[in-house]
This record gives sequence, C-alpha cells and structure tokens, in this order.
Amino acid sequence: MTSLPLALTINGHRYELEVDPRVTLLDLLRERLELTGTKKGCDRGQCGACTVLVDGKRINSCLALAVSHDGAKVLTIEGVSHGEDLHPVQAAFIAHDGFQCGFCTPGQIMSTLGLIAEAQAGDDPERIREGMSGNLCRCAAYGGIVEAVLEAQEQLAKADRRTAA
Amino acid sequence: MTLELSLNQQPAHLRQGSSIGQPLTRRDGFLKVTGAARYAADNHPPGMLYAVLAVSGIARGRVASLDVEAAKAHGGVVEVMTPQNRPPLATDPDAKNNPFMFRLDLLQNDRIRYPNQTIAVVIAETLEAATEGAALLSPRYEAQPARVGLDGAESFVPGGVGIGSPAVHHKGDVEAGLESAATRIEATYETSAQYHNAMEPHAIVAAWDGDSLSIDTPSQGLAMAQGRIAGLFGIAPQNIHIRSPFLGGGFGSKGMISGPQVLGILAARLVGCPVKLVLRREQMYGPAGHRAPTRQTLRMGMDREGRLTAIDHHAKTASSTFDDFFEPAADASHTLYASPAIATSHEAVRLDTGTPLFMRAPGEATGSIALESAIDEAAGACGMDPLEFRLRNYAEVEPMTGKPFSSKALRECYTLASERFGWQRRPLQPRQMPDKDGFLTGWGMGTATFPAIMFQAEARAVLRADGSGLMETGAQDMGQGAWTAFAQIAADGLGLDIDQVDFRAGSSDLPNAGIAGGSGHTATAGMAIHNAGAAVIARLADLATGHEASPLFGAGNEGVLARGGRLYRRDDENRSESYGEILARAGLAEIDGRGTGTPDPASREAYAMHAHGAVFAEVKVDPDFGQIRVTRLVGAFAAGRVINPRLVRSQYYGGMIWGVSFALHEEAVTDRRSGRIQNANLAEYHVPVNADVPSVEALLVHEDDPYVNALGIKGVGEIGITGTAGAVANAVWHATGVRPRRFPIRIEDLLG
Ligand code: FES
Ligand code: FES
Repeated sequence: MTSLPLALTINGHRYELEVDPRVTLLDLLRERLELTGTKKGCDRGQCGACTVLVDGKRINSCLALAVSHDGAKVLTIEGVSHGEDLHPVQAAFIAHDGFQCGFCTPGQIMSTLGLIAEAQAGDDPERIREGMSGNLCRCAAYGGIVEAVLEAQEQLAKADRRTAA
Repeated sequence: MTLELSLNQQPAHLRQGSSIGQPLTRRDGFLKVTGAARYAADNHPPGMLYAVLAVSGIARGRVASLDVEAAKAHGGVVEVMTPQNRPPLATDPDAKNNPFMFRLDLLQNDRIRYPNQTIAVVIAETLEAATEGAALLSPRYEAQPARVGLDGAESFVPGGVGIGSPAVHHKGDVEAGLESAATRIEATYETSAQYHNAMEPHAIVAAWDGDSLSIDTPSQGLAMAQGRIAGLFGIAPQNIHIRSPFLGGGFGSKGMISGPQVLGILAARLVGCPVKLVLRREQMYGPAGHRAPTRQTLRMGMDREGRLTAIDHHAKTASSTFDDFFEPAADASHTLYASPAIATSHEAVRLDTGTPLFMRAPGEATGSIALESAIDEAAGACGMDPLEFRLRNYAEVEPMTGKPFSSKALRECYTLASERFGWQRRPLQPRQMPDKDGFLTGWGMGTATFPAIMFQAEARAVLRADGSGLMETGAQDMGQGAWTAFAQIAADGLGLDIDQVDFRAGSSDLPNAGIAGGSGHTATAGMAIHNAGAAVIARLADLATGHEASPLFGAGNEGVLARGGRLYRRDDENRSESYGEILARAGLAEIDGRGTGTPDPASREAYAMHAHGAVFAEVKVDPDFGQIRVTRLVGAFAAGRVINPRLVRSQYYGGMIWGVSFALHEEAVTDRRSGRIQNANLAEYHVPVNADVPSVEALLVHEDDPYVNALGIKGVGEIGITGTAGAVANAVWHATGVRPRRFPIRIEDLLG
C-alpha cells in the first residue's frame, strides 16, 4: 500500500509520518507511536474506549483514518497529566472510584475533558450521564464516573476563578 | 492550573492502625488514569508481527476451500496458518481430563462446529495487512443445518451441572407438598444467551525463545493457563512465563485460556517471531464462552399462613455439541427459602454454538431471576407483601442440607435496605403509583445470595533489614481491586504500614494465587497472604525472643505482636524492637516465610457458607410505549469481613448494574436459519450505558464469620447480580400488572 505523508501534533509533540492510508488514528497511536494508553474495545465506534481529543473535540479514534487528520492537534491520555501531577479529572476518577478494570478509563477521561469543554451539561447529573453514554464501562463504574465529572468540573471552575481574579 | 487533589491528601489515605477495613483508593489508580497501566495488547516486543483470525461464517459443516494464495499475495502478509501447516501439538485439543479443561479449536481439522470458530490465522507485518489478508481468504463451506434454540435438539439429563453438581437433587416429597398446599403457583421463565463482553477483547502477545515461551495475556487463573499451555505444547510449565498485571475485565471469560489465545502462540511458533493477536469484538461471540440460555419452570405450594410446602425448580439449558458446561440454574433453590420439600433438576440440549462457560454468577444469576420472580408470584398468590413472605420463609438452616449457616445477616439486610428504600409505603396491588408525568411506577425486591467459595493459593512474604516488606502471589486483578485489597491484607499480615509493603502479583513466576473467580479470590489468596505474613513474623520473633540482647528476649512466640514495623512484648508494650534492629543483629539482609490459603474441610462439612443480600428496585414504565427505566436501586449485603469498603461497594454497584442488564438489556439473538449471532457487536448487544443507571446504593452490613476462614472473608464479586435482576422484574410487574416471564423484558411483552 502506498504511504501518504501526515503531520500531526500529538500531546504537544510534532510528528512527521508516512502512513498507510488504511491506518486509523487509533492504530497509529497504539501500534506505531507506542501511545497505548488509548484503548480498542470494538474498532467500530460503539464503545468509546478509543476516545481522544482532536483539535479540542472528542472523537472515536477507531473511526478516524489517520491521514484524514493531517495537521490536527491530538490529545491522548498520555498528554493529560504533568508527570506526577494528575489533572483534576484524573484525580477525581481515583477519588470516586470511577473505574474498576481501568480499560475504559482513558476513554472516559478524554470524554470527560471533551464534555467539560463543550460546557453543555452543567452540573446536572442527568445531562452528564447522557453526555457520557458514548463510553461503555462493562465494570459499570458509572456512578463514580458521574461523581468524578461533577467534582472535576467544580475544581476546574474554581481554578479558573482564581486565575481570573 | 493548580492541582487541588493529590493522592496523598485524600481523606481515604488517612488511616489509624490496621489497613484492613480502610477505604483506600486503588493503588493502581495512578497507572490506570494516566494510560500507563499495561494491558496485554499494549505490548510490542521487537520484530513483532500481527495475527488476525479468519472465522467461520457458518455454524456447522466444514471448510471446503480457502484462497490462501490470494491472502499470501497481499503485500505485508507473511504466512497463513491453516490445518495444513499449523505447528504440531503434544496433546489433542479435543482431549479432556478434568472438568476445568475445555476443548479448544486450534485448527486441528476442517470441521466447523459453531459460528466464529477460527478457520485460519493470517500473520502479517501490519495489522492492516493481516486484516485484509484474512478478508481475501474467501472461504467456501459445506454447510449443514444448524441446531438452534432450546427446542432445536433432543434433550437429555446431563451427568452433572456447573462443576460437578448432580443434575437432580431432592429432599422431602415435593408432590405431596404441592398436594397439601392451600395455594399453588407454577410459572415458566426464559433467560437469553449472554456474552461477557469485557471491554478488553481477548488478546495475546506471544514470543518463543527455543522451547521457552513468554506471554502477555489476560488471565483469571495464571497457573491453570500455564498448565494448559504446557500440556498442549509438551513443555514444562516453568518454561512458560505469563504476565497478566491488568485484565480489562474478565467476568469468567478469561478463566480458561481460550482457543484464539493458543492460536496466537501457535502463530508465533510458525513464523518464528513474536506475534500479537487480538480478537475483534464480533470474534468474541463464540470461542470465549458465554452464558447459556435457560427455560425454567418453578412450582411452589404454600400453606394458609404463606409457608412454603414445596419448591420444584426445573431448568432446561444448552451446551455445545462437543463439550460440557451446563448452567446450574435450578441449584439456586437450594439455599434461600425454607421448605420441607425441595426438588431441583436439569435437562439440556446440544447446539451448534461455542461452549458456554462461567459468566459472572453462573447458575446463580439465571436461577435467581426465575426464583425471585416465582417467590414474588407466590407472595401475590397468598395476598402477602413480598418482604413479609420472604421473612415468613426465612431459612434458619440451609434448606437443602439442613446445615447451620456459618453466618447469615440476611434479616439485617432486609431491614436496612427496605427502610432506606421506603418499602413500607408500597401498595400491595400493581399499577397504584402513577407519577406526576404519567409514568407507571413500580417497586420490587429480590434476595441475593452467593456461596462463599475458596480454592487453593500460596504466597511468599519477605521482611528486609531496611524495615520494608514484600509480599508475592500471582494474584489477578480484573478490576475487583486485587492490587489494593491484597496489599492491605499483606500490610496487616506483616505488621507494617501499607506504604512499607511491596506487593507483587499478576505474573506466573510468583506463587500460585489460584483463580480470580467464584468470588473466592480475596478469601483464598488473602488467606495465603495472611499466613505467609504470620510465617515470616514467627521467624522474626524467633530471632528476637531467642537473643539475649533483645528487649524481647524470653517472650516466646506467643508473647509478641507485630505492629508498625516493630515487635512488642504482649505483656509489656514498653518493650519493643524494630524489624530492622532484629535483622541487623542477626546479620540477615532479609528473611522469608510462606503461606497457603485453603478451605478448611471440617468447617465446610459442618456449615453452609453463603453471602446474602436484599435488593429493592424502582422502575418507571411508559404506559403507552412500554419503555422501562430503572430509577432507583438500593441493596444491602452481608458478605463477611470487608477488606476495603470503597472497592467492595464498587463490586456491588457493578453486580447490581449487571442485574439490571440481565433483566432489561442483554440478549444474544441467534438467526434460526444460519445459526449465526445477529447482534455480535456492542451497538446491538445491549449493555447498560451511563444514562441507564441513575441511582444505585449499596449498603454494607456487618457480619463476623468465625468459620469461613480466619480472616472472615466471603466474597462480593458476583452476588450483586442475584436478587437485583429479580427485583427489577418484580418492580415491572408492580408498575404494570404484567408478569415478565422472559428476559430481557421486551417492550412488546408489556404492551401485549
Ligand atoms: S474502539 Fe473506538 S469506539 Fe470502540
Ligand atoms: S472500568 Fe472496566 S470497563 Fe470501565
């Protein structure tokens, strides 16, 4: 298969790549760039385990052909924390036991970041549940996930207010 | 951005004294929220190739031809493994010499016995090339008609159900009990085939080095997997190293090594390089086990006071045509409700499916939804409140055996959960609680129960001169929290703060931790850890009490206690010495001790051992469209000693949501003509999403059990499904007046 050139900024690093056009963004991350934090649960856009942010929006990376995102900025779970310092969303997932096996967790966390950025759900648990329903969790840690989203959102809002002040 | 939360500041980390019982957050949490936790498919050894399965599109017959040339001609394809070139095995994959050994499809011939059976493996330099190669094989088949459904083949009485339980049990005279009853009910319930659908598909990365094999693969039973692979390949178990630090869910499907995992090892053998093989989601509907469908008929008789005079529970189920696993659904009636006469029986058919296997609460889940529905019908027939009816028939001893319970705080569970739920306000009759939006509200309940099982496990404990400790056991964490709960038991066993303890698990070169299954892992491996800790502390105490220079000299083994890294004289706590001082004086860098966890045969003989719980559910049903929403679940559970209440609650939540899923969502639909599963994907095979489960509460009921094991642990992984599924079904009846008799409950059943 002829490779095509592709430039991506992933977690702040610029990559210049030659890629088989069949390769999905998910498989590019996992199998070629060793960014295996993003998970594959279905490869069909049905589970959300592969959620990443592309140009700030959450997408299922298994449904995205890598070459169709030339020039994009991608954020994966590996780019969320700063070393030992967890992002408030990550810390809240731990504090509220928002996972068990952890396989869906990178996707849940990326989806949470997307959801908070979309600023549509507010602090209404019903809307958060709806907004997080593209991310399956077979361990069913759903209650903890909603609590984590609520708490992280509050922490981030507080931090924003401090910055503004 | 400032970080408000850090791991060490969370209140959960403030502890006094013992680690056991503390709601610690997960020790593996940091790895899991940063994407650093390494699951099997995240491995990528140098020179690795990709293997992709080609699977059967028919249920029964044989492969007539495969276009291997076309696949091989595709750029990047390295090899195609078929029955013609599959490397030899030392044992026939169809051989079976114990009930935990299941027959595997490893390309031993061209026969097809279920849909999605592997018919070839394509190995290529990239995943894309292997995937395309598999598509190019264009298989042609000689197909035979598929045997489908519980009426699709001749039925028989299996030799045993579950693992070695007789298919038929009885005590007392059921027919006489029914005859003498003032009120009788009889009802038949159907449950659907279900697939585990752990979020992590089965995966393996296998690398050979001569006759040594290195494997990354999720396993709920490392030693068993190691033994099975050793047998198949004719190599020594110690030449096989399996790493399984994290499972992306198991639920029983990763208990036995599955055929595709072994095919990954064979593919690596064939091409002489490391190979990664990951099942596609749809490929998991076949070779990786499932919960078999059931059809269960219950007959019950009650006297004038609403006391059961007889329970008859019959279950029909299905296995594959080539192996035996029979869902022990009717056995659910052995343990819960007192009755002078109880009979349980099973029959089965053989269908063209993959072999069913253990799926979270195998038998208990299927049996519970039928039993709890029937109990509800029986209460209704007696004009009694369902809770009052259950209390009237409360079993003070195990009904089937007459044995006393080692502990049973079910009454407390009923009281706590019903009060929390507000059950006393429930009208007896259905359709009495329309809400302000016009939805029909219903309240239902169910009793939960699961046996307290133990297997065999070993652990090794080390104390080091720097005052730290190490605990090793090949335990498996599939989300239940083994990394954390076992470290807590280890800390207490070693008399150390948990931060001073290294805990190693998830690898086959560690002592055998037994199976993460049957809700018995915490009890079994926990006891091994506890005993290993005691063994190494005893050695340390010998060193101290036997040395004149020690303040503990002469205290004797019984006379010291271990706490916070020091040994204290029991009779005078002012006299103590640190572990480091004791080891330094003895000139030892470290000492170790070993322990095992096993069930105690004498107490198991004397007592019936079960966890219990009570679950209350509220549903709202749209009267016009029949849509059902679970709006509230409250469960209370008594399962012996709780090692970590935060993790235990999560297990209950997960189990309860699986109960909702059983009642309302999950069903694998088989096409009657082809025998194929029509919804083998996560969009059409429904599992609950976040919006499906608004409010779930799990209350922990204190229970001391001196008999079950020295730590008093029962097990919490599966009990949550039982009780809950029936509670939801009973709530649907209470909302609508329609009694659900097949599961999942369909909208058309309510609109009827
Ligand atoms: S792997 Fe992309 S949605 Fe499931
Ligand atoms: S934590 Fe296991 S799937 Fe979500």
